[in-house]
Amino acid sequence: MNGLPLATSFLQNQSFLDVLYIIAFGLFIQGLRGLSGPTTAVRGNRIAAVGMAIAVIATLLNRNEGNWGLIALGIAIGTAVGVPAARQVKMTAMPQMVALFNGVGGGAVFLISWSEFRRYGSTYGSHFVQVNSAFSAVNFHVGGVPTYVAIFSVFAAIVGSVSFWGSNIAFGKLQEIIPGRPISFGSAQQIVNLVLLILALAAGVDLVAGAHSELLFIGMLVCAALLGNAVVLPIGGADMPVVISMLNAFTGLSAAATGIALNNPALIVAGMIVGASGSILTNLMATAMNRSIPAIVAGGFGGGGAVEGASGAGEHAGTVRSTTAADAAIQLAYANRVVIVPGYGMAVAQAQHAVRELTKELEKRQVEVSYAIHPVAGRMPGHMNVLLAEADVPYDQLKEMDDANPEFGRTDVSLVIGANDVTNPAAKNNPSSPIYGMPILEVSNSHSVIVIKRSMNPGFAGIENELYYEPETTMLFGDAKAAVSEITAELAQL
Amino acid sequence: MIVASTLTTNLSILVLAGFIGFVVISKVPNTLHTPLMSGTNAIHGIVLLGGLLIVGLSGNGTFNKVILVIAIAFGTINVVGGFLVTDRMLEMFKSKPKQGGEDAAGKGEHDGKGTGS
Repeated sequence: MNGLPLATSFLQNQSFLDVLYIIAFGLFIQGLRGLSGPTTAVRGNRIAAVGMAIAVIATLLNRNEGNWGLIALGIAIGTAVGVPAARQVKMTAMPQMVALFNGVGGGAVFLISWSEFRRYGSTYGSHFVQVNSAFSAVNFHVGGVPTYVAIFSVFAAIVGSVSFWGSNIAFGKLQEIIPGRPISFGSAQQIVNLVLLILALAAGVDLVAGAHSELLFIGMLVCAALLGNAVVLPIGGADMPVVISMLNAFTGLSAAATGIALNNPALIVAGMIVGASGSILTNLMATAMNRSIPAIVAGGFGGGGAVEGASGAGEHAGTVRSTTAADAAIQLAYANRVVIVPGYGMAVAQAQHAVRELTKELEKRQVEVSYAIHPVAGRMPGHMNVLLAEADVPYDQLKEMDDANPEFGRTDVSLVIGANDVTNPAAKNNPSSPIYGMPILEVSNSHSVIVIKRSMNPGFAGIENELYYEPETTMLFGDAKAAVSEITAELAQL
Repeated sequence: MIVASTLTTNLSILVLAGFIGFVVISKVPNTLHTPLMSGTNAIHGIVLLGGLLIVGLSGNGTFNKVILVIAIAFGTINVVGGFLVTDRMLEMFKSKPKQGGEDAAGKGEHDGKGTGS
């Protein structure tokens, strides 16, 4: 389409477009740097968004042919779906929204690979003999596809498909469309996964070697799709953030692979940065939960059932003392220092605003209040901070675990709201517990502990919490939001 | 003109980008990990470019075009949704000076729209 006003020869100059790409990924890197601090993060995200806009514009300028209608259609559909979804999602539902956005990214990757395969038809991967000459750039001619292009394209298809389906399952689990408990083939699970992986890889190798069967390509996609399902379905809800982060890294890598296949540096840089960051993040999350990534992928807390009985059995000697909102209010009102320990239970009950009200009421009485945030409180690292920030809790009241733990000793009351495993002393004291070694908030060091909890049901990890049986602990049973509001009301009357 | 091998050039870019990713990201505090994950998630929506590049090329049949329109739509959801959601999350971390802050935030949202579309 030479008739377009913008498409002048200067704007379509390849060097100019390359410069735009370089600016774009410079902005991505700068944006990610901005995300490293709470004050610069908003700007960082917008800088990255500007980088993306530049990359998209550069790509549109680069095109020589028409089909603007199709492009407009795709972008219009994407915007119509993406914008309302992003604007309306509740902060508590954020993790599954990230999973969904990640999934569609993976979906785009495998669809692009598929269409590339179809477009190249019989020339796809047929130049196996040319492996050596593939190292010269001039090889990208006369319709033949260099082998490495086929390799990266097939890689992107497999990984993209795994990521797409895996993310959708993760979404389903977090949204509770699919039960959060592990679903698996039991001991056969790993064999099934391995067989699916081998089948997908075998199909991929065959395609690269020059098999021109589209059925084979679809078969490969299906195997990868089943693999994505089979890997994520057995994983328990508690491990889901780690999985989403891992799939995020996968999508990044597959985007980078697409970039190599399409010879597009912006894709390579952006995809690889995401791949690297996602890997780090995955590792950090797994470390915070004292879980190894292979163990998570191999079947989540699947073995938890047996261990649960073993660790829970000996600990029932103590009794659980329950309290009332009025008593809790008195306890809090006469404390000097209160630490609030929020967990996922607070998030699902949407209790963050009620908690903020309670804090205000306590501050009126000169009680020093802070929040102790476990790295994996909520469903993702930092999720709890987002929820509390939404309720206008000042940033400096939020204490990370390492800063919070030494303070529990001089804390009068720790108020645990819907948090469970992250406060379980078994992680420190009981080597047979499945969560042994996981860093916890040492709530039991404080003078007294009030736990607001719906019932005595165990947490995500399916483990009894010894904290509840300790003499300084009292339990306030009920919905987090209702219970907190009740305490606030009682407090106001004191 | 020196023509470097496409593959080796691209692989160099790949490796260097990986290191940059490690260095830049490992400095991010725990608190910001969820927004970070969401932000990087938006960035890999760059696969959108792949769809944009290919859809105009010759040799695309009707079915291919359908696939690519879906891919472009997916990529757009990933990009637009990802950045917007991250922006919403981060907006909450901003220290809010009582009065003027809200106005500024309102303007910010309009700016966000402008760059998004």
